[in-house]
Amino acid sequence: MYPREFDYVAPGTLDEALAVLASNPGAKIMSGGMSLIPMMKLRLLSPATVIDIGRIPGLDAIEDRGDHLAIGALVRHAQTASSDLVTTYAAALAQAAALTGDVQVRNRGTTVGAVAHADLAADTTAAVLALGATMVARSSAGTREIPASEFFVDTLTSALADDEILVELRVPKSGEGESSAYTKLGRRGGESDYAVAGVAAWVRKTNGSVSDARVALTGVGSKAMLSSGAMDAIIGSDGSEAAIAAAADRAADGISVLEDLYGSEEYKAHLAKVYVKRALGAALS
Amino acid sequence: MEVSLTVNGRNVSSDVEPRTLLVHLLREDLDLTGTHVGCESGYCGACTVHLDGKPVKSCTMLAVQAEGADITTIEGLANGELHAVQEGFWERHGLQCGYCTPGMIMSAAGMLAENDSPSEGEIKHGIEGNLCRCTGYHNIVKAIEYAAAKMRGDEPAEPEWEVSS
Repeated sequence: MYPREFDYVAPGTLDEALAVLASNPGAKIMSGGMSLIPMMKLRLLSPATVIDIGRIPGLDAIEDRGDHLAIGALVRHAQTASSDLVTTYAAALAQAAALTGDVQVRNRGTTVGAVAHADLAADTTAAVLALGATMVARSSAGTREIPASEFFVDTLTSALADDEILVELRVPKSGEGESSAYTKLGRRGGESDYAVAGVAAWVRKTNGSVSDARVALTGVGSKAMLSSGAMDAIIGSDGSEAAIAAAADRAADGISVLEDLYGSEEYKAHLAKVYVKRALGAALS
Repeated sequence: MEVSLTVNGRNVSSDVEPRTLLVHLLREDLDLTGTHVGCESGYCGACTVHLDGKPVKSCTMLAVQAEGADITTIEGLANGELHAVQEGFWERHGLQCGYCTPGMIMSAAGMLAENDSPSEGEIKHGIEGNLCRCTGYHNIVKAIEYAAAKMRGDEPAEPEWEVSS
């Protein structure tokens, strides 16, 4: 299977990439290519121009910037998964990256690229939502910061404008009393492959009670989304097993659950509860 | 477009279309047909090669993305004698039809380069990106355990099918 013909550009700087993008509407940005190339081979997508940002220096680092971690556009899943910084300060993201695809995919695919792709069953999308990350988008007009909660618009659709490139992910560092976790059921059973349902949870405990929390679902609806029901229930609780169970019961409240090849609406709503329970349990343990 | 890279220690260059996949450059332009094309959709891992030492799927990568890269295919793994993983597949009958074998071996070699003492669970997780349609996974795991022992300098454990009389 070959993609349709396209023009390939591999700029050496971000400014050059932004200029090519501005003058080629409909061009696609490629980092690792783990989602783009299969879609082009299946001809679900046939861009006239592919802009490979893989040769731009300076985008492949994970930096500690005091209150947050900055993850560059070319940081691969394997790098995110094994990073001491991410494991220590943003555990849910390290866990989601470690459970993305398989070894070969994690060696090529990038964390930022997967977030930009906005697959409804990706793993890292739920993690960035739960961790309250900020997306940094660049265009030739300047830089724009987009909160994760506003980034995922619909299936394979993000808030990125046509002339923007997602260049960095800023993840607040979990501090005292804060922790996070990601759990999933994979399409090939266990934790393999895309999520049939996956849940990332972030919690803050103050004086024995849950003072703040974010719970995000993936694979369940049309996009990665926060579970307001579970969040309402867990915030202000004592974080006990009973409180977690009560929050899990409300996992799919108000969410339009999508049936697919891997499960009915009923089954997916059930899985949302099971995995909210596990993710909150892991984050609060 | 002209692409220049190193394949199995040899500098090569080729004139390719941007849409040419790395696996087709290897198989059709360089005649390295050991790397197989299986599912063509990124699932089966038969096309696995090493890119700068790490396993990747050569059917899900454009040849032009490999500009300047160091690629190792199954043909480049043996160094005068079989690589420990190749020997393991031989000794523990880690294949039936053989279609998935080059990819399995490249994934296993990549895994053992990072961890020469993987548990059975880690081996299974490590070959998650490789499918065997003969479902010969049991012996593949045994073959990788054999290779891991060899690479550590240990004597590989006797396979459980060799029952003493």
